[in-house]
Amino acid sequence: MSKANLLDRRAVVKTLLADRKDALVVGGLGATTYDLAAAGDHARNFSLWGAMGGAVMIGLGVALAQPKLPVVVITGDGEMLMGMGSLATVGLQKPTNLTIIVLDNECYGETGGQVSHTAAVADLVGVAKSCGIEDSRSLETMGEIEAFGKSLQDISAGPRFANVKIDSADVERVLSNRDGMFIITRFRGALGFAPI
Amino acid sequence: MHARADASSEQGANWPDDIFAILQRFDVRQVPYVPDAGHSQLINRVLASSTMRGIPLTTEEEGVALLAGAWAGGQRGVLLMQSSGVGNCINMLSLTQIFRFPFLTLVTMRGEWGEFNPWQVPMGSSTQGIFELSGVRVLRATHPGEVREVMEAAASQAYNACTATALLLSQRLIGTKVFVK
Repeated sequence: MSKANLLDRRAVVKTLLADRKDALVVGGLGATTYDLAAAGDHARNFSLWGAMGGAVMIGLGVALAQPKLPVVVITGDGEMLMGMGSLATVGLQKPTNLTIIVLDNECYGETGGQVSHTAAVADLVGVAKSCGIEDSRSLETMGEIEAFGKSLQDISAGPRFANVKIDSADVERVLSNRDGMFIITRFRGALGFAPI
Repeated sequence: MHARADASSEQGANWPDDIFAILQRFDVRQVPYVPDAGHSQLINRVLASSTMRGIPLTTEEEGVALLAGAWAGGQRGVLLMQSSGVGNCINMLSLTQIFRFPFLTLVTMRGEWGEFNPWQVPMGSSTQGIFELSGVRVLRATHPGEVREVMEAAASQAYNACTATALLLSQRLIGTKVFVK
């Protein structure tokens, strides 16, 4: 069901990454991977088609290995709920170059739109904050999205967490590459690492 | 607090230091872990290291995903856990087949060799089978004197051949946990 006051997921991701520069981006499985593809294929994209609950931890591993580059995790509320403990792990490590963005449509859109916990009780901003990610906020307007997209480049001020309530209406699927060896080899290649 | 039976005074009794030295030589940088008494000496060495980063987890599967990200970003890692944590990793272990990254985990075993706690036995009994079904090669060290050699083999095949590997450190090696005196 489309609601007028909720943001369009494709516009949100496109705006966040409009001036991404050298940023490394991890997309959680499901619709956020399609949003990432719709914003434009990129060698520094790491798109997941499985491993539900692992997006933030993959982002943390990248962020610790590449402390001078901005690392951005974009995932959904269902994926984030499954890996909620990883927010505490990030809160403890405090990687200043890591940003986590949840596109929260309050449902499991890929499986038929069943409601998720964020529709009724789970406040992911509150969870992130209480796990030690002090810069945790909700983004509610495209103006805020645009400003937040620029702030991703500041690798000294993270970790950051942002929750964006988005329209749960289905949008066209834009498929990204799904061959893991292609994705990781290209990603590592963009960072200057040759295959073994 | 639970005391542990003295492991051994035979050759290799300082096997956690042998493991640490090998990890250092393979330039391992990220060391995610869920604590286990059998890993305590190694964890202390990691936390005191200037080149390795010890990363406490809330659940073991986080470590599998972390190591995939570490490799994507150009670093090697190793996951430390006990056998009861292996079940928590199953779905995330698919990453080792999808990305064929250098995955190495060191698993301290429970539920074997004179276990006191029956709750440790089911998972301890299926640890090796779960790894094998998940496409992870399993090596095992049972005696202090063989840890260095087995660890060397595990690290070599994981880091040089990108072959996902689990090294099981047997309960006989780490010593049976003592609950009552």
